Amino acid sequence: MAEITVRRTSGSRRRGKPSTTWPIHVFLIVAVVFMVVPFVWQLLTVFKTTAEVTRIPPTILPADFSLHSFETFFSTVPFWSMFAVSAGSLVLRVAGQIVVAALAGYAFARIPFRGSRVLFGLFIVMLMVPSQLFLIGQFEIIRDMKLLDTLPALAIPGLFSAFGTFLMRQAFLTMPADYEEAARLDGANTFQVFWYVMLPMARPMLAALAVLTGLYSWNDLLWPLIVSPSGENRPLPVGLAGLQGQFGTDYPTLMAGALVCSIPLVIVFLVLQRQFFAGIASSGLKG
Amino acid sequence: MTTVATKPVRRPTGRRTGVSKPNGWWGLAFIAPATIGLIALYVWPFLSTLMKSFQDVPAFGPATFVGLDNYTALIGDGDFWKAFRNSALYTVIILLGIPLAVVLAALIEQVGRGRAVYRVLFFLPVVTLPVAIGMVWRFIYNGDFGLLNYVLSWFGIDGQFWVADPRFTIYAFGVVGIWMGLGINLIILGAGLQAIPKALYEASSLDGAGRVRQFFHITVPLLSPSIFFVTILSVIAALQMFDLLFIMLRGVNNTALTDSKTIVYLFYEKAFVQFDQGYGAAIAIVLLMVIMIATAVQFRLQRSWVFYG
Repeated sequence: MAEITVRRTSGSRRRGKPSTTWPIHVFLIVAVVFMVVPFVWQLLTVFKTTAEVTRIPPTILPADFSLHSFETFFSTVPFWSMFAVSAGSLVLRVAGQIVVAALAGYAFARIPFRGSRVLFGLFIVMLMVPSQLFLIGQFEIIRDMKLLDTLPALAIPGLFSAFGTFLMRQAFLTMPADYEEAARLDGANTFQVFWYVMLPMARPMLAALAVLTGLYSWNDLLWPLIVSPSGENRPLPVGLAGLQGQFGTDYPTLMAGALVCSIPLVIVFLVLQRQFFAGIASSGLKG
Repeated sequence: MTTVATKPVRRPTGRRTGVSKPNGWWGLAFIAPATIGLIALYVWPFLSTLMKSFQDVPAFGPATFVGLDNYTALIGDGDFWKAFRNSALYTVIILLGIPLAVVLAALIEQVGRGRAVYRVLFFLPVVTLPVAIGMVWRFIYNGDFGLLNYVLSWFGIDGQFWVADPRFTIYAFGVVGIWMGLGINLIILGAGLQAIPKALYEASSLDGAGRVRQFFHITVPLLSPSIFFVTILSVIAALQMFDLLFIMLRGVNNTALTDSKTIVYLFYEKAFVQFDQGYGAAIAIVLLMVIMIATAVQFRLQRSWVFYG
Protein backbone atom coordinates (compact mmCIF):
# COMPACT_ATOMS: atom_id res chain seq x y z
CA MET A 1 0.00 0.00 0.00
CA ALA A 2 2.68 2.41 1.05
CA GLU A 3 4.70 1.48 -1.99
CA ILE A 4 1.82 2.24 -4.29
CA THR A 5 1.25 5.69 -2.88
CA VAL A 6 4.92 6.52 -3.23
CA ARG A 7 4.89 5.42 -6.83
CA ARG A 8 1.87 7.50 -7.49
CA THR A 9 3.40 10.73 -6.30
CA SER A 10 6.60 10.25 -8.21
CA GLY A 11 5.40 8.72 -11.45
CA SER A 12 2.07 10.44 -11.92
CA ARG A 13 3.32 13.98 -11.93
CA ARG A 14 2.15 14.60 -15.44
CA ARG A 15 -0.09 11.83 -16.62
CA GLY A 16 -2.08 10.96 -13.54
CA LYS A 17 -1.23 7.33 -13.99
CA PRO A 18 1.09 5.19 -11.94
CA SER A 19 3.66 4.47 -14.57
CA THR A 20 6.93 2.75 -14.97
CA THR A 21 9.23 5.00 -16.90
CA TRP A 22 12.10 2.60 -17.45
CA PRO A 23 11.02 1.36 -20.90
CA ILE A 24 10.90 5.00 -21.97
CA HIS A 25 14.39 5.56 -20.63
CA VAL A 26 15.66 2.50 -22.47
CA PHE A 27 14.26 3.77 -25.74
CA LEU A 28 15.57 7.29 -25.18
CA ILE A 29 19.00 6.06 -24.15
CA VAL A 30 19.28 4.06 -27.37
CA ALA A 31 18.42 7.24 -29.28
CA VAL A 32 20.92 9.24 -27.25
CA VAL A 33 23.63 6.72 -28.10
CA PHE A 34 23.02 7.47 -31.79
CA MET A 35 23.19 11.16 -30.99
CA VAL A 36 26.49 11.07 -29.13
CA VAL A 37 28.42 8.32 -30.91
CA PRO A 38 29.76 10.73 -33.56
CA PHE A 39 31.03 13.05 -30.84
CA VAL A 40 32.58 10.20 -28.87
CA TRP A 41 34.24 8.86 -31.99
CA GLN A 42 35.58 12.31 -32.77
CA LEU A 43 36.93 12.64 -29.25
CA LEU A 44 38.64 9.24 -29.41
CA THR A 45 40.13 9.96 -32.83
CA VAL A 46 41.71 13.17 -31.66
CA PHE A 47 44.10 11.25 -29.42
CA LYS A 48 45.14 8.74 -32.06
CA THR A 49 48.02 8.97 -34.51
CA THR A 50 47.37 9.18 -38.24
CA ALA A 51 48.76 5.68 -38.63
CA GLU A 52 46.46 4.29 -35.97
CA VAL A 53 43.39 5.85 -37.54
CA THR A 54 43.97 4.15 -40.87
CA ARG A 55 44.37 0.73 -39.30
CA ILE A 56 41.82 -1.95 -40.24
CA PRO A 57 39.94 -2.94 -38.16
CA PRO A 58 39.95 0.37 -36.32
CA THR A 59 40.96 0.57 -32.69
CA ILE A 60 38.31 1.88 -30.35
CA LEU A 61 40.49 3.43 -27.67
CA PRO A 62 43.58 5.37 -28.67
CA ALA A 63 46.73 3.28 -28.27
CA ASP A 64 48.78 6.01 -26.62
CA PHE A 65 46.91 9.26 -26.02
CA SER A 66 48.84 11.36 -28.50
CA LEU A 67 48.36 15.13 -28.49
CA HIS A 68 50.00 15.37 -31.87
CA SER A 69 46.74 16.35 -33.58
CA PHE A 70 46.30 19.47 -31.46
CA GLU A 71 49.92 20.45 -32.05
CA THR A 72 49.50 20.12 -35.82
CA PHE A 73 46.24 22.02 -35.75
CA PHE A 74 47.45 24.96 -33.68
CA SER A 75 50.75 25.21 -35.52
CA THR A 76 49.23 25.31 -39.00
CA VAL A 77 45.93 27.08 -38.45
CA PRO A 78 45.65 30.64 -37.11
CA PHE A 79 42.96 29.51 -34.70
CA TRP A 80 42.91 32.56 -32.48
CA SER A 81 42.60 35.03 -35.33
CA MET A 82 39.78 32.94 -36.82
CA PHE A 83 38.15 32.78 -33.43
CA ALA A 84 38.47 36.56 -33.05
CA VAL A 85 36.83 37.07 -36.45
CA SER A 86 33.98 34.70 -35.60
CA ALA A 87 33.45 36.20 -32.16
CA GLY A 88 33.86 39.80 -33.35
CA SER A 89 31.40 39.49 -36.19
CA LEU A 90 28.98 37.69 -33.89
CA VAL A 91 29.06 40.46 -31.28
CA LEU A 92 28.70 43.16 -33.92
CA ARG A 93 25.82 41.41 -35.59
CA VAL A 94 23.95 40.47 -32.43
CA ALA A 95 24.31 43.89 -30.78
CA GLY A 96 23.42 45.74 -33.97
CA GLN A 97 20.48 43.57 -34.85
CA ILE A 98 19.00 43.72 -31.38
CA VAL A 99 19.03 47.51 -31.28
CA VAL A 100 17.74 47.96 -34.83
CA ALA A 101 15.07 45.27 -34.51
CA ALA A 102 13.88 46.40 -31.07
CA LEU A 103 13.47 50.01 -32.23
CA ALA A 104 11.54 49.04 -35.33
CA GLY A 105 9.55 46.33 -33.57
CA TYR A 106 8.48 48.79 -30.90
CA ALA A 107 7.38 51.34 -33.48
CA PHE A 108 5.39 48.75 -35.42
CA ALA A 109 3.72 47.55 -32.23
CA ARG A 110 3.05 50.81 -30.43
CA ILE A 111 3.52 53.96 -32.50
CA PRO A 112 0.83 54.59 -35.10
CA PHE A 113 2.20 56.40 -38.14
CA ARG A 114 1.25 56.72 -41.76
CA GLY A 115 2.32 53.79 -43.88
CA SER A 116 3.10 51.58 -40.88
CA ARG A 117 1.03 48.68 -42.15
CA VAL A 118 2.40 48.79 -45.69
CA LEU A 119 5.96 48.97 -44.42
CA PHE A 120 5.37 46.06 -42.05
CA GLY A 121 3.98 44.11 -44.97
CA LEU A 122 7.29 44.66 -46.76
CA PHE A 123 9.15 43.21 -43.78
CA ILE A 124 6.88 40.16 -43.81
CA VAL A 125 7.45 39.59 -47.52
CA MET A 126 11.24 39.73 -47.06
CA LEU A 127 10.89 37.36 -44.09
CA MET A 128 9.60 34.72 -46.46
CA VAL A 129 12.28 35.03 -49.12
CA PRO A 130 15.13 32.51 -48.74
CA SER A 131 18.49 34.13 -48.00
CA GLN A 132 20.15 32.96 -51.23
CA LEU A 133 18.04 35.44 -53.17
CA PHE A 134 19.90 38.32 -51.51
CA LEU A 135 23.44 37.01 -51.82
CA ILE A 136 24.40 38.33 -55.25
CA GLY A 137 23.23 41.86 -54.47
CA GLN A 138 24.69 41.86 -50.97
CA PHE A 139 28.00 40.67 -52.34
CA GLU A 140 28.06 43.52 -54.86
CA ILE A 141 27.31 46.09 -52.17
CA ILE A 142 30.08 44.77 -49.93
CA ARG A 143 32.48 44.65 -52.88
CA ASP A 144 31.61 48.19 -53.99
CA MET A 145 32.14 49.42 -50.44
CA LYS A 146 35.61 47.81 -50.65
CA LEU A 147 34.82 45.70 -47.61
CA LEU A 148 35.63 42.23 -48.99
CA ASP A 149 37.81 40.22 -46.60
CA THR A 150 36.96 42.45 -43.65
CA LEU A 151 35.17 41.74 -40.42
CA PRO A 152 32.34 44.26 -41.01
CA ALA A 153 31.52 42.47 -44.27
CA LEU A 154 30.58 39.39 -42.28
CA ALA A 155 28.24 41.28 -39.97
CA ILE A 156 26.65 44.02 -42.08
CA PRO A 157 23.75 42.20 -43.78
CA GLY A 158 22.91 40.50 -40.49
CA LEU A 159 22.51 43.81 -38.69
CA PHE A 160 19.13 44.05 -40.33
CA SER A 161 16.65 41.29 -39.94
CA ALA A 162 13.02 41.12 -40.94
CA PHE A 163 12.67 38.15 -38.61
CA GLY A 164 14.15 40.02 -35.65
CA THR A 165 11.89 42.99 -36.28
CA PHE A 166 8.88 40.70 -36.45
CA LEU A 167 9.88 38.89 -33.27
CA MET A 168 10.30 42.14 -31.34
CA ARG A 169 7.01 43.50 -32.62
CA GLN A 170 5.26 40.39 -31.31
CA ALA A 171 6.99 40.81 -27.95
CA PHE A 172 5.95 44.46 -27.57
CA LEU A 173 2.40 43.73 -28.70
CA THR A 174 1.84 41.42 -25.74
CA MET A 175 2.98 43.97 -23.14
CA PRO A 176 0.45 45.90 -21.07
CA ALA A 177 0.12 49.57 -21.98
CA ASP A 178 -0.20 50.72 -18.34
CA TYR A 179 3.49 51.16 -17.66
CA GLU A 180 3.92 53.08 -20.86
CA GLU A 181 1.11 55.48 -20.02
CA ALA A 182 2.36 55.95 -16.49
CA ALA A 183 5.82 56.84 -17.74
CA ARG A 184 4.38 59.21 -20.28
CA LEU A 185 2.32 61.00 -17.68
CA ASP A 186 5.52 61.42 -15.74
CA GLY A 187 6.85 63.33 -18.72
CA ALA A 188 8.99 60.69 -20.42
CA ASN A 189 9.36 61.08 -24.18
CA THR A 190 8.86 58.21 -26.57
CA PHE A 191 12.49 57.22 -26.60
CA GLN A 192 12.68 57.28 -22.83
CA VAL A 193 9.54 55.16 -22.57
CA PHE A 194 11.05 52.70 -24.99
CA TRP A 195 14.50 52.62 -23.45
CA TYR A 196 13.74 52.68 -19.73
CA VAL A 197 10.35 51.02 -19.55
CA MET A 198 9.60 48.76 -22.49
CA LEU A 199 13.04 47.42 -23.44
CA PRO A 200 13.78 46.00 -19.98
CA MET A 201 10.44 44.22 -20.04
CA ALA A 202 11.31 42.67 -23.39
CA ARG A 203 14.49 41.17 -22.00
CA PRO A 204 13.49 37.48 -22.40
CA MET A 205 12.67 37.99 -26.06
CA LEU A 206 15.85 40.02 -26.58
CA ALA A 207 17.84 37.17 -25.11
CA ALA A 208 16.07 34.67 -27.35
CA LEU A 209 16.74 36.79 -30.42
CA ALA A 210 20.37 37.31 -29.41
CA VAL A 211 20.91 33.59 -29.03
CA LEU A 212 19.24 32.74 -32.33
CA THR A 213 21.18 35.41 -34.20
CA GLY A 214 24.41 34.40 -32.50
CA LEU A 215 23.87 30.75 -33.39
CA TYR A 216 23.22 31.65 -37.00
CA SER A 217 26.19 33.99 -37.19
CA TRP A 218 28.58 31.47 -35.64
CA ASN A 219 27.49 28.58 -37.87
CA ASP A 220 27.07 30.36 -41.19
CA LEU A 221 29.35 29.16 -43.97
CA LEU A 222 27.98 30.42 -47.28
CA TRP A 223 28.10 34.18 -46.69
CA PRO A 224 31.62 34.23 -45.16
CA LEU A 225 32.77 32.01 -48.02
CA ILE A 226 31.51 34.58 -50.51
CA VAL A 227 32.89 37.71 -48.85
CA SER A 228 36.31 36.33 -47.87
CA PRO A 229 37.73 35.45 -51.28
CA SER A 230 41.38 35.96 -50.31
CA GLY A 231 41.11 33.94 -47.13
CA GLU A 232 42.09 36.83 -44.90
CA ASN A 233 39.86 37.48 -41.90
CA ARG A 234 38.22 34.11 -42.20
CA PRO A 235 35.79 33.02 -39.50
CA LEU A 236 35.98 29.50 -38.07
CA PRO A 237 33.64 27.67 -40.50
CA VAL A 238 35.59 28.89 -43.54
CA GLY A 239 38.94 28.14 -41.92
CA LEU A 240 37.78 24.69 -40.90
CA ALA A 241 36.54 23.97 -44.42
CA GLY A 242 39.98 24.97 -45.68
CA LEU A 243 41.56 22.56 -43.22
CA GLN A 244 39.60 19.74 -44.83
CA GLY A 245 41.24 20.54 -48.15
CA GLN A 246 44.69 20.90 -46.61
CA PHE A 247 44.80 17.81 -44.42
CA GLY A 248 42.65 15.51 -46.56
CA THR A 249 43.30 12.29 -44.65
CA ASP A 250 44.99 13.43 -41.46
CA TYR A 251 41.84 12.59 -39.55
CA PRO A 252 43.13 13.21 -36.03
CA THR A 253 44.07 16.78 -36.99
CA LEU A 254 40.75 17.30 -38.78
CA MET A 255 38.84 16.00 -35.77
CA ALA A 256 40.90 18.13 -33.40
CA GLY A 257 40.14 21.19 -35.51
CA ALA A 258 36.44 20.37 -35.62
CA LEU A 259 36.46 19.89 -31.86
CA VAL A 260 38.38 23.05 -30.98
CA CYS A 261 36.28 25.21 -33.30
CA SER A 262 32.98 23.84 -31.99
CA ILE A 263 33.70 23.96 -28.28
CA PRO A 264 33.24 27.69 -27.65
CA LEU A 265 29.59 27.67 -28.68
CA VAL A 266 28.90 24.38 -26.93
CA ILE A 267 30.15 25.97 -23.69
CA VAL A 268 27.97 29.02 -24.25
CA PHE A 269 25.03 26.68 -24.86
CA LEU A 270 25.62 24.74 -21.66
CA VAL A 271 25.61 28.01 -19.72
CA LEU A 272 22.63 29.58 -21.51
CA GLN A 273 20.49 26.49 -22.17
CA ARG A 274 17.25 28.18 -21.25
CA GLN A 275 17.84 31.08 -23.65
CA PHE A 276 18.75 28.70 -26.46
CA PHE A 277 15.59 26.68 -26.00
CA ALA A 278 13.48 29.82 -25.70
CA GLY A 279 15.11 31.19 -28.86
CA ILE A 280 14.33 28.06 -30.84
CA ALA A 281 10.79 27.86 -29.45
CA SER A 282 10.22 31.54 -30.29
CA SER A 283 11.05 30.87 -33.91
CA GLY A 284 7.67 29.16 -33.69
CA LEU A 285 6.17 32.63 -33.65
CA LYS A 286 7.18 32.93 -37.26
CA GLY A 287 4.15 30.86 -38.30
CA MET B 1 -19.68 61.91 -21.20
CA THR B 2 -16.68 61.44 -23.34
CA THR B 3 -15.06 64.52 -21.92
CA VAL B 4 -15.09 62.92 -18.51
CA ALA B 5 -13.38 59.83 -19.77
CA THR B 6 -10.72 61.58 -21.78
CA LYS B 7 -10.14 64.56 -19.56
CA PRO B 8 -7.09 63.35 -17.62
CA VAL B 9 -5.35 62.27 -20.79
CA ARG B 10 -6.25 65.24 -22.94
CA ARG B 11 -5.09 67.80 -20.43
CA PRO B 12 -2.59 69.99 -22.24
CA THR B 13 0.76 70.16 -20.53
CA GLY B 14 2.06 73.07 -22.49
CA ARG B 15 5.53 71.58 -22.73
CA ARG B 16 5.17 68.70 -25.07
CA THR B 17 2.62 67.83 -27.67
CA GLY B 18 3.03 64.10 -27.58
CA VAL B 19 2.31 63.29 -23.98
CA SER B 20 -0.81 61.25 -24.45
CA LYS B 21 0.14 59.71 -27.73
CA PRO B 22 3.55 59.27 -29.33
CA ASN B 23 3.55 61.17 -32.57
CA GLY B 24 4.32 59.73 -35.95
CA TRP B 25 7.76 61.29 -36.26
CA TRP B 26 9.00 59.13 -33.45
CA GLY B 27 7.67 56.15 -35.36
CA LEU B 28 9.61 57.12 -38.46
CA ALA B 29 12.78 57.73 -36.46
CA PHE B 30 12.51 54.34 -34.76
CA ILE B 31 11.82 52.56 -37.98
CA ALA B 32 14.42 54.33 -40.13
CA PRO B 33 17.50 52.16 -39.42
CA ALA B 34 15.66 48.88 -39.95
CA THR B 35 13.90 50.12 -43.06
CA ILE B 36 16.99 51.62 -44.69
CA GLY B 37 18.86 48.38 -44.02
CA LEU B 38 16.00 46.25 -45.29
CA ILE B 39 15.69 48.19 -48.51
CA ALA B 40 19.42 48.51 -49.20
CA LEU B 41 20.44 44.97 -48.25
CA TYR B 42 17.34 42.89 -48.89
CA VAL B 43 14.72 44.51 -51.11
CA TRP B 44 17.24 45.89 -53.58
CA PRO B 45 19.37 42.72 -53.77
CA PHE B 46 16.19 40.72 -54.27
CA LEU B 47 15.09 42.95 -57.15
CA SER B 48 18.58 42.89 -58.62
CA THR B 49 18.61 39.09 -58.52
CA LEU B 50 15.25 39.11 -60.26
CA MET B 51 16.57 41.49 -62.95
CA LYS B 52 19.82 39.60 -63.41
CA SER B 53 17.91 36.41 -64.04
CA PHE B 54 16.75 38.01 -67.29
CA GLN B 55 20.22 39.22 -68.18
CA ASP B 56 23.51 37.91 -69.42
CA VAL B 57 25.98 39.18 -66.82
CA PRO B 58 29.61 38.72 -67.85
CA ALA B 59 32.27 38.83 -65.13
CA PHE B 60 33.50 42.09 -66.67
CA GLY B 61 31.56 44.54 -68.81
CA PRO B 62 27.93 45.54 -68.99
CA ALA B 63 24.99 43.17 -68.65
CA THR B 64 22.62 42.64 -71.56
CA PHE B 65 18.94 41.79 -71.44
CA VAL B 66 18.33 38.28 -72.76
CA GLY B 67 14.72 37.65 -71.83
CA LEU B 68 14.03 34.11 -70.69
CA ASP B 69 17.30 32.70 -72.04
CA ASN B 70 18.67 31.82 -68.60
CA TYR B 71 15.50 29.99 -67.73
CA THR B 72 15.31 28.07 -70.99
CA ALA B 73 18.98 27.16 -70.58
CA LEU B 74 18.16 25.96 -67.07
CA ILE B 75 15.35 23.73 -68.33
CA GLY B 76 17.73 22.14 -70.82
CA ASP B 77 20.52 21.77 -68.27
CA GLY B 78 20.99 18.21 -67.05
CA ASP B 79 23.00 19.44 -64.04
CA PHE B 80 20.08 21.54 -62.90
CA TRP B 81 17.63 18.65 -63.02
CA LYS B 82 20.08 16.47 -61.18
CA ALA B 83 20.40 19.13 -58.50
CA PHE B 84 16.64 19.48 -58.36
CA ARG B 85 16.22 15.74 -57.92
CA ASN B 86 18.92 15.65 -55.23
CA SER B 87 17.34 18.49 -53.25
CA ALA B 88 13.92 16.86 -53.51
CA LEU B 89 15.27 13.48 -52.42
CA TYR B 90 17.15 15.03 -49.51
CA THR B 91 13.98 16.86 -48.44
CA VAL B 92 11.92 13.67 -48.51
CA ILE B 93 14.51 11.90 -46.35
CA ILE B 94 14.48 14.80 -43.89
CA LEU B 95 10.69 14.49 -43.68
CA LEU B 96 11.10 10.90 -42.52
CA GLY B 97 12.81 12.30 -39.44
CA ILE B 98 9.67 14.11 -38.32
CA PRO B 99 7.69 11.06 -37.07
CA LEU B 100 10.85 10.10 -35.19
CA ALA B 101 10.98 13.55 -33.62
CA VAL B 102 7.31 13.34 -32.61
CA VAL B 103 7.81 9.99 -30.88
CA LEU B 104 10.96 11.17 -29.13
CA ALA B 105 9.34 14.44 -28.04
CA ALA B 106 6.38 12.55 -26.58
CA LEU B 107 8.71 10.17 -24.74
CA ILE B 108 10.88 12.97 -23.37
CA GLU B 109 7.73 14.71 -22.16
CA GLN B 110 6.77 11.63 -20.15
CA VAL B 111 10.09 11.58 -18.37
CA GLY B 112 10.12 13.58 -15.18
CA ARG B 113 13.64 13.41 -13.92
CA GLY B 114 16.32 13.58 -16.56
CA ARG B 115 14.29 15.43 -19.16
CA ALA B 116 16.76 18.30 -19.16
CA VAL B 117 19.65 15.93 -19.79
CA TYR B 118 17.94 14.38 -22.81
CA ARG B 119 17.14 17.79 -24.23
CA VAL B 120 20.73 18.92 -23.94
CA LEU B 121 22.09 15.75 -25.54
CA PHE B 122 19.68 15.89 -28.47
CA PHE B 123 20.48 19.58 -28.91
CA LEU B 124 24.27 19.20 -29.10
CA PRO B 125 24.42 18.90 -32.92
CA VAL B 126 22.47 22.17 -33.22
CA VAL B 127 25.20 24.09 -31.42
CA THR B 128 28.07 22.31 -33.17
CA LEU B 129 29.51 23.96 -36.27
CA PRO B 130 27.85 22.33 -39.30
CA VAL B 131 31.26 22.26 -40.96
CA ALA B 132 32.62 20.27 -38.01
CA ILE B 133 29.65 17.92 -38.19
CA GLY B 134 30.32 17.37 -41.88
CA MET B 135 33.94 16.53 -41.15
CA VAL B 136 33.10 14.05 -38.39
CA TRP B 137 30.46 12.25 -40.43
CA ARG B 138 32.68 12.16 -43.47
CA PHE B 139 35.19 10.28 -41.36
CA ILE B 140 32.50 7.95 -40.01
CA TYR B 141 31.29 7.23 -43.56
CA ASN B 142 34.82 6.64 -44.86
CA GLY B 143 34.83 3.53 -47.03
CA ASP B 144 38.22 2.22 -45.94
CA PHE B 145 38.42 2.82 -42.20
CA GLY B 146 35.18 4.51 -41.23
CA LEU B 147 33.29 3.60 -38.10
CA LEU B 148 30.08 2.76 -39.95
CA ASN B 149 31.62 0.09 -42.13
CA TYR B 150 33.37 -1.33 -39.08
CA VAL B 151 30.09 -1.61 -37.16
CA LEU B 152 28.36 -3.11 -40.20
CA SER B 153 31.12 -5.71 -40.45
CA TRP B 154 30.05 -7.07 -37.04
CA PHE B 155 26.80 -8.05 -38.71
CA GLY B 156 28.49 -9.38 -41.81
CA ILE B 157 27.34 -6.49 -43.99
CA ASP B 158 29.74 -5.32 -46.67
CA GLY B 159 31.08 -1.80 -46.31
CA GLN B 160 30.43 0.89 -48.89
CA PHE B 161 31.90 4.22 -49.83
CA TRP B 162 28.89 6.06 -48.43
CA VAL B 163 29.92 9.54 -49.54
CA ALA B 164 32.10 8.90 -52.57
CA ASP B 165 29.67 6.49 -54.20
CA PRO B 166 26.94 8.62 -55.77
CA ARG B 167 24.38 5.88 -55.25
CA PHE B 168 24.48 6.56 -51.51
CA THR B 169 25.63 10.17 -51.13
CA ILE B 170 22.27 11.88 -50.73
CA TYR B 171 21.01 9.18 -48.36
CA ALA B 172 24.15 9.58 -46.28
CA PHE B 173 23.53 13.33 -46.15
CA GLY B 174 19.90 12.71 -45.23
CA VAL B 175 20.85 10.69 -42.17
CA VAL B 176 23.16 13.49 -41.01
CA GLY B 177 20.47 16.07 -41.75
CA ILE B 178 17.93 14.23 -39.58
CA TRP B 179 20.50 13.85 -36.84
CA MET B 180 21.34 17.58 -36.98
CA GLY B 181 17.77 18.82 -37.01
CA LEU B 182 16.33 16.60 -34.29
CA GLY B 183 17.25 18.97 -31.46
CA ILE B 184 15.39 21.91 -32.98
CA ASN B 185 12.31 19.83 -33.79
CA LEU B 186 12.23 18.40 -30.27
CA ILE B 187 12.20 21.87 -28.73
CA ILE B 188 9.37 23.14 -30.94
CA LEU B 189 7.33 19.94 -30.50
CA GLY B 190 8.07 19.98 -26.77
CA ALA B 191 6.56 23.46 -26.51
CA GLY B 192 3.48 22.15 -28.33
CA LEU B 193 3.19 19.18 -25.99
CA GLN B 194 3.20 21.46 -22.96
CA ALA B 195 0.03 23.06 -24.28
CA ILE B 196 -1.97 19.81 -24.38
CA PRO B 197 -4.29 19.70 -21.33
CA LYS B 198 -3.18 16.98 -18.95
CA ALA B 199 -6.81 16.27 -18.08
CA LEU B 200 -7.28 14.62 -21.46
CA TYR B 201 -4.71 11.99 -20.60
CA GLU B 202 -6.19 11.44 -17.18
CA ALA B 203 -9.70 11.04 -18.56
CA SER B 204 -8.62 8.65 -21.28
CA SER B 205 -6.58 6.51 -18.94
CA LEU B 206 -9.62 6.20 -16.68
CA ASP B 207 -11.39 4.90 -19.78
CA GLY B 208 -8.67 2.33 -20.11
CA ALA B 209 -6.64 3.80 -22.95
CA GLY B 210 -3.02 2.71 -22.96
CA ARG B 211 -0.05 4.88 -23.82
CA VAL B 212 0.03 3.88 -27.46
CA ARG B 213 -3.65 4.70 -27.94
CA GLN B 214 -3.18 8.00 -26.13
CA PHE B 215 -0.27 8.82 -28.40
CA PHE B 216 -2.30 8.29 -31.58
CA HIS B 217 -5.63 9.64 -30.36
CA ILE B 218 -4.60 12.55 -28.15
CA THR B 219 -0.96 13.50 -28.65
CA VAL B 220 -0.74 13.37 -32.45
CA PRO B 221 -4.00 15.20 -33.25
CA LEU B 222 -3.48 17.90 -30.62
CA LEU B 223 0.15 18.31 -31.55
CA SER B 224 -0.60 18.47 -35.27
CA PRO B 225 -0.28 22.28 -35.55
CA SER B 226 3.26 22.02 -34.14
CA ILE B 227 4.02 19.04 -36.36
CA PHE B 228 2.81 21.05 -39.32
CA PHE B 229 5.01 23.96 -38.36
CA VAL B 230 8.06 21.73 -37.92
CA THR B 231 7.35 20.21 -41.34
CA ILE B 232 7.20 23.62 -43.01
CA LEU B 233 10.48 24.70 -41.38
CA SER B 234 12.21 21.40 -42.19
CA VAL B 235 11.24 21.49 -45.86
CA ILE B 236 12.44 25.08 -46.27
CA ALA B 237 15.74 24.27 -44.55
CA ALA B 238 16.22 21.01 -46.46
CA LEU B 239 15.69 22.70 -49.82
CA GLN B 240 18.51 25.11 -48.91
CA MET B 241 21.03 22.46 -47.90
CA PHE B 242 24.58 23.56 -48.65
CA ASP B 243 27.08 23.22 -45.78
CA LEU B 244 27.09 19.44 -45.51
CA LEU B 245 27.58 19.00 -49.21
CA PHE B 246 30.30 21.62 -49.36
CA ILE B 247 32.33 20.05 -46.60
CA MET B 248 31.65 16.37 -47.23
CA LEU B 249 32.39 16.37 -50.93
CA ARG B 250 35.51 18.54 -50.92
CA GLY B 251 38.27 16.75 -52.76
CA VAL B 252 36.18 13.62 -53.20
CA ASN B 253 36.29 12.06 -56.66
CA ASN B 254 34.42 14.15 -59.17
CA THR B 255 31.51 11.90 -60.02
CA ALA B 256 30.15 12.04 -56.49
CA LEU B 257 30.32 15.81 -56.53
CA THR B 258 28.75 16.30 -59.96
CA ASP B 259 26.07 13.76 -59.18
CA SER B 260 25.18 15.03 -55.72
CA LYS B 261 24.95 18.80 -56.04
CA THR B 262 21.92 20.45 -54.54
CA ILE B 263 20.12 23.51 -55.92
CA VAL B 264 21.87 25.89 -53.56
CA TYR B 265 25.26 24.33 -54.26
CA LEU B 266 24.69 24.78 -57.98
CA PHE B 267 23.66 28.38 -57.33
CA TYR B 268 26.84 29.02 -55.32
CA GLU B 269 28.99 27.45 -58.01
CA LYS B 270 27.44 29.37 -60.90
CA ALA B 271 27.16 32.75 -59.17
CA PHE B 272 30.29 32.83 -57.04
CA VAL B 273 32.80 30.35 -58.46
CA GLN B 274 32.16 30.68 -62.21
CA PHE B 275 30.76 34.22 -61.76
CA ASP B 276 27.90 33.61 -64.17
CA GLN B 277 25.53 35.80 -62.19
CA GLY B 278 22.67 35.80 -64.67
CA TYR B 279 22.46 32.03 -64.63
CA GLY B 280 23.01 31.93 -60.87
CA ALA B 281 20.22 34.46 -60.36
CA ALA B 282 17.85 32.33 -62.42
CA ILE B 283 18.67 29.33 -60.20
CA ALA B 284 17.93 31.44 -57.11
CA ILE B 285 14.58 32.54 -58.52
CA VAL B 286 13.70 28.92 -59.29
CA LEU B 287 14.67 28.01 -55.72
CA LEU B 288 12.29 30.68 -54.46
CA MET B 289 9.51 29.27 -56.61
CA VAL B 290 10.21 25.71 -55.48
CA ILE B 291 10.05 26.76 -51.83
CA MET B 292 6.87 28.75 -52.40
CA ILE B 293 5.19 25.86 -54.18
CA ALA B 294 6.31 23.34 -51.57
CA THR B 295 4.98 25.57 -48.80
CA ALA B 296 1.70 26.25 -50.59
CA VAL B 297 1.16 22.52 -51.17
CA GLN B 298 1.70 21.85 -47.49
CA PHE B 299 -0.80 24.54 -46.52
CA ARG B 300 -3.28 22.88 -48.85
CA LEU B 301 -2.62 19.45 -47.41
CA GLN B 302 -2.85 20.62 -43.82
CA ARG B 303 -6.64 20.82 -44.07
CA SER B 304 -6.80 17.06 -44.19
CA TRP B 305 -4.58 16.34 -41.22
CA VAL B 306 -3.92 19.35 -39.02
CA PHE B 307 -6.36 19.68 -36.17
CA TYR B 308 -6.98 23.14 -34.74
CA GLY B 309 -8.88 22.43 -31.54
